[in-house]
Amino acid sequence: MKDKIIDREQFKAMLHDGMTIMVGGFAGNGVPEILIECILESGAKDLTIISNDSTHPGEGVSLLIADNRVKKLIASHIGMNPQTAEKYNAGELDVQLVPQGTLAEMIRADGAGLGAVLTQTGLGTEIEEGKDTITLNGKTYLIEMPIHADLAILRGSVVDKSGNIVYKGTTRTFNTVMATAADVVVVAAEELVEIGEIEPIDVMTPAPLVDYVMGGEPIEL
Amino acid sequence: MNSKEIIAKRVAQEIKDGDVVNLGIGLPEMVANYIDEDMTVYFQAENGIMGMGGVAEGDDIDVNVINAGCKHVLTNKGACYFDSATSFAIIRGGHVDITVLGVLQVDETGSFASHKIPGKRIPGMGGAMDLVTGAKQVIVATTHTKKGGTPTIVKKISLPATAVNKVNMIVTELAVIRVTDAGLVLEEIAEGHTIEEIQELTEPQLIVSTHLKKMFSE
Repeated sequence: MKDKIIDREQFKAMLHDGMTIMVGGFAGNGVPEILIECILESGAKDLTIISNDSTHPGEGVSLLIADNRVKKLIASHIGMNPQTAEKYNAGELDVQLVPQGTLAEMIRADGAGLGAVLTQTGLGTEIEEGKDTITLNGKTYLIEMPIHADLAILRGSVVDKSGNIVYKGTTRTFNTVMATAADVVVVAAEELVEIGEIEPIDVMTPAPLVDYVMGGEPIEL
Repeated sequence: MNSKEIIAKRVAQEIKDGDVVNLGIGLPEMVANYIDEDMTVYFQAENGIMGMGGVAEGDDIDVNVINAGCKHVLTNKGACYFDSATSFAIIRGGHVDITVLGVLQVDETGSFASHKIPGKRIPGMGGAMDLVTGAKQVIVATTHTKKGGTPTIVKKISLPATAVNKVNMIVTELAVIRVTDAGLVLEEIAEGHTIEEIQELTEPQLIVSTHLKKMFSE
């Protein structure tokens, strides 16, 4: 089996301008900060970022936005970082707001091989604009399309060298679905352990979904 | 009690033993402070908790556990964590009994705006659109007027809709209002206030319930 352990330079070599990148976590909780640092160091720009939110200034996706690396942000909430709305209002950043549950399901649908998501969330609001609806059994649903990325970056609390992941507390969030919906999946491990050290019943993301593992993610503060 | 405490205490009366409840960020979070200790209520946080407790402080903080408002929180005995897709299956799938949300505007058809002031603030909807779609009961918890005295309850929302015809009940520091097909029904008024006074601060015409009572009366 190929060695999945990579260092920062190997990760940076995977990055290029114009990539679509899914970033796991929720408001700085469960976000792979060392991989974000590597993206900054790599110089990659014109990125499309898919993330639940743009968290607070000075961490996670906010660092990429502050450095003008992001062309488009697809997220459900941008209120914690005022700069996101400022850049959007100034025409410097494209923002597509997606209801949080719909975003999770669009990602899940791609990873699960489903052709679309049918949901009542957003009906009658601006979320419906430009989209098709379908009526089944007397109920109308919005048709939301699956979403795929070139790269997904995740944060695992405990990760073994084959890529099995355990997420502690509330750090699971979007990490598990994003592991299924990108060409390349990289996890930053807070604690990197040997294969076999994680009990099978505790694994939340199965190893074959993960392409690369990087150790050294600092413990959540 | 200040206005927010009055609202939170009154909303708490709607919550029953065994309910699954999602509280929005800000004022709605205060509702948890007024739940009868004899009841079991499952507070759900959309980032992935069922059985959330109060805000954690000092040595009780688990760095890996936050609520949807980014606060470190405690968990109750029997609590569990899950991912976002599971969390929204619970929300969208009709497994949440009550969702309590704050608004910028709410109107007489039960539509409200909370996620965007075009050209200015754009917080985004987060989980609000899914919550109002799936929750069995949608309660708006808001002060009766905004800063400067403009009514929160309007004839038709002018800001982009976060939800269309989804609100069941509006609780303010002055009144409890039920959203019905006929319009807004004034069911309860706060001690020391008159119907006329509340109507003055409310844009649409209120229908006064035949069972009108004082807030917090038996």
